[in-house]
Amino acid sequence: MKSFTYERAATPAEAAAAAARTPGSRFIAGGTNLLDLMKLQIETPAHLIDVNRVGLNRIEETREGGLRIGALVRNTDLASDKRVRRDYGVLSRALLSGASGQLRNKATTAGNLLQRTRCPYFYDTTKPCNKRRPGSGCAALGGFNRNLAIMGTSEQCIATHPSDMAVAMRALDATVETVRPDGSTRTFPIAEFHRLPGDTPHIDTNLAPGELITAVTLPKPVRGYQTYRKVRDRASYAFALISVAAVIPKRGAGRLAFGGLAHKPWRVEAAERRMGDAREVAATVLAGARTTPQNAFKVPLVERTLAQVFGEAKA
Amino acid sequence: MRFDQPAGTNPIDRMKVVGQPIDRIDGPLKVCGVAPYAYERHDVVPNQAYGFILGSAIAKGRIRSFDLADAKSAPGVIAIVTHENAGKLGKPKAITANLMGGPEVEHFDQAIAIVVAETFEQARAAAKLIRVDYARAQGQFDLRAAIPSAKPVSDSSGEGSASPGRIEIGDFDAAFARAPVKVDVEYTTPDESHAMMEPQATIAAWDGDELTLWTSNQMINWAVRDVSQALLIPREKVRVISPYVGGGFGSKLWIRSDVVMAALGARAAKRPVKVALTRQQVFNNTTHRPATVQRLRIAANKDGRIVAIGHESTSGDLPGGGPETATSQTRLLYAGANRMVEMKLAVLDLPEANAMRAPGEAPGMMALEAAVDELAEELGMDPVEFRVLNDTQVDPEHPERRFSERNLIGCLRQGAERFGWAKRNPKPGQVRDGRWLVGMGVAAAFRNNLTMRSGARVAVDGRGIVTISTDMTDIGTGSYTVIAQTAAEMMGVPVSQVVVRLGDSTFPVSSGSGGQWGGNSATAGVYAACAKLRDQVAAKLGFNATDVEFADGQVRSGGRSVPLTDVGEMSAEDTLTYGDLGKKQQQSTFGAHFVEAGVDALTGEIRVRRMLAVCAAGRILNPKTARSQVIGAMTMGVGATLMEEAVVDTRFGCFINHDLAEYHVPVHADIPHQEVIFLDEADPQSSPMKAKGVGELGLCGVGAAVANAVYNACGVRVREYPITVEKIIAGLPRVA
Repeated sequence: MKSFTYERAATPAEAAAAAARTPGSRFIAGGTNLLDLMKLQIETPAHLIDVNRVGLNRIEETREGGLRIGALVRNTDLASDKRVRRDYGVLSRALLSGASGQLRNKATTAGNLLQRTRCPYFYDTTKPCNKRRPGSGCAALGGFNRNLAIMGTSEQCIATHPSDMAVAMRALDATVETVRPDGSTRTFPIAEFHRLPGDTPHIDTNLAPGELITAVTLPKPVRGYQTYRKVRDRASYAFALISVAAVIPKRGAGRLAFGGLAHKPWRVEAAERRMGDAREVAATVLAGARTTPQNAFKVPLVERTLAQVFGEAKA
Repeated sequence: MRFDQPAGTNPIDRMKVVGQPIDRIDGPLKVCGVAPYAYERHDVVPNQAYGFILGSAIAKGRIRSFDLADAKSAPGVIAIVTHENAGKLGKPKAITANLMGGPEVEHFDQAIAIVVAETFEQARAAAKLIRVDYARAQGQFDLRAAIPSAKPVSDSSGEGSASPGRIEIGDFDAAFARAPVKVDVEYTTPDESHAMMEPQATIAAWDGDELTLWTSNQMINWAVRDVSQALLIPREKVRVISPYVGGGFGSKLWIRSDVVMAALGARAAKRPVKVALTRQQVFNNTTHRPATVQRLRIAANKDGRIVAIGHESTSGDLPGGGPETATSQTRLLYAGANRMVEMKLAVLDLPEANAMRAPGEAPGMMALEAAVDELAEELGMDPVEFRVLNDTQVDPEHPERRFSERNLIGCLRQGAERFGWAKRNPKPGQVRDGRWLVGMGVAAAFRNNLTMRSGARVAVDGRGIVTISTDMTDIGTGSYTVIAQTAAEMMGVPVSQVVVRLGDSTFPVSSGSGGQWGGNSATAGVYAACAKLRDQVAAKLGFNATDVEFADGQVRSGGRSVPLTDVGEMSAEDTLTYGDLGKKQQQSTFGAHFVEAGVDALTGEIRVRRMLAVCAAGRILNPKTARSQVIGAMTMGVGATLMEEAVVDTRFGCFINHDLAEYHVPVHADIPHQEVIFLDEADPQSSPMKAKGVGELGLCGVGAAVANAVYNACGVRVREYPITVEKIIAGLPRVA
């Protein structure tokens, strides 16, 4: 860990302004990922802006009948909120399938969106990694890539985004609200929040420098059976091999988003018209998949998991 | 005391205290967080500085030069030690790779420098500022590619399993060719990391030329020897203290880089230095269980009797290292006239391969007992009946040697009864519970029993307290407790009046902890010391030593009874040494593992649902701590079967998934109901305690029982451990 300076912000706008003032700064909330990265010097911020006391820790109902989730609402609190459990079961389940109880108590809504990949080469500073050190190469391409991406990859990077929560939010068409250093605010559809790696795998999201997430808003609930199915190597405390966030109405199109496939939550709306047909949906969602011998199993696994989810929805 | 005749009746046989399931006497210290582990010994010596070890970024080659300028001027830095200023170092005979590398680099993350600073953070940050100019050399990191160059080697794990390079009894090839039913299968097991809770950690302090080390180590006396050999200082100048160990599983049988680097750092800084390895360093800086490629050829007549059994295994290690003795159990477990085992070793430039819990048997049984399941199916026989039929009561290579005790059949029979084995459908893929395909599997458990000389000192203080001192270690196994029980039984006092002091090289040399020898051997040493003190007490009281009884705080003989407190302060020290009983008869431990597993019919996910182990392993000194050992081992077996794999990146020559987020061990949710049954047994050949080991027995065979249950559940036989989702779905029918 490199030594760093620290300040505590009192309001979101003050935090964003502080970030603009101090180059090389990072916001810190739960710190469940950032601190690990700092210890390994994968992240080397010169300055930390603690946003834990800026408020933004409430879940409010919106006029449109949805929920506005403050950026600092902890994963545990969000998963156990009565309204979330009642109307957005897919989100509650996704949250509870992630990390451990201790981590969920600390991890925040915004921080969860901003967690970085778990690619083993990103975590080993003696190895090339374009995400960690642009231009150094991608060691994962010819290496241990069993749990890396098969969709939306580039020659530069095949990392996945590790969040479960974000996958459910993608299925729910959430929007991400931010404040910029100049005090202005804007809103991203979650589909446009995370980026594909392309030639700039070191940039995970479309946030501008110093831009702070203030809330995630869920539109009014959509009807249907909601589930989050995470397939993993052990029963708990493991990142997804693949995951499916699903909202399945009795008839008609539903919502499906996938984790463990790409650099961002993966959703292909066109596939949702074939709800119930696992083979067709999988084929559409996975069109253009680029696999390696180690991760090719994700292709049949998506179809098999969809078959299970559709079967349970019907039952 | 020399143990060269089978034990007769002795005070332990009363089993008033020994054999009782009492709570760990060190339990309250641990649950309150006050048992002091090595890195937490802030109290023992003032002015401690922090060391951080820099590991090599290359796997093989040479360090051309260090640029230390930035690191030296970093805040808080006190000293930096590399091979250039470390002085002359030796290599302990027991260790393969140098604990400090440079200029030659032998493996990835080998320690090449230590930075000592005022704080941990400063030391770590400064270590990152060291620039190293490496000359990379080609290395061999791929076991599969190295197999053609592998050579047969004879070796012992040093932990109870040993096997020759090649041995053949009868005519294996001809018998195998001729037999009507046979399997010829290859199984592979991956590299594994010990993943103990507490990483290697040491505080080193010099007082003149005397070195004291507070560390985490299983074998105190070996540690003293190895420190002496590494630092080229006399043994008498080295003191090692390790009263609490947060898990070892073999990773702490020998000293590691933390010890040597802390000592060098402390010498350079002229201050005590504390060092702990990071979790990432544990994977590549320390030792691991090496991967194996195994071939099993087993053939039987149609009646199910084995006529030929052959087991070959290849593993790799650094030059001068040793093999995984995975063929060892195949020499002893089943009958069969024609036999062959072959053990080969390839040279690899990965980190040092070495002992991990049940070295040899753990991966060997994963292959053997799965292949046996395959053969039973070929024969159309129940796998329990097949094992019973092929039991042997003598060493198959030396039929004149009997087993001292061998109740494998009892374990299998009682386990089958208790587990509901009769309900198993021998045809795979037939039992469904919702989305789960459900199956049952069985495997034998087998592990040799080793006895090690062990010493102790016992003192009574005239106030009723009995104090035992021995350099024995408690690595989470329950040594404190079984030693206290032994002393209480021998001296006739309650356990609450026994003080046990462990893990200090100033105490009598014990067996240490390893190879499941610790429980029996260390308590036998305590028995010897107590027997000697009893004689001295009897003599002092003028009692006839042959009929003296120590009970209820009293010493009784011939109608007289004297309180033990009346003898005042007395002490005795003795070491129990062994004759050749272990050679005359084969001492082994036995068990049977039963597992019920579910396989998700669509996703191929595997979840173990029920586990049962039945063990026949001599006298059980404390059924509660023994049960903890066995369920811990069963859990470790689930990990080895379903998830643990230190993945080799053959381009960089390292284990790449080097943290506990990516190297999976089971979590609570993976482990279902576990039951353990100990069969009533006492083995008079093993020691005066009549006990044997169970800590590793519990691991041997679990993996195969899980694999066999998975096969029975879904019909997919995976021979490449770990058994993960992609290997299962490759064999499942396509979605309808």
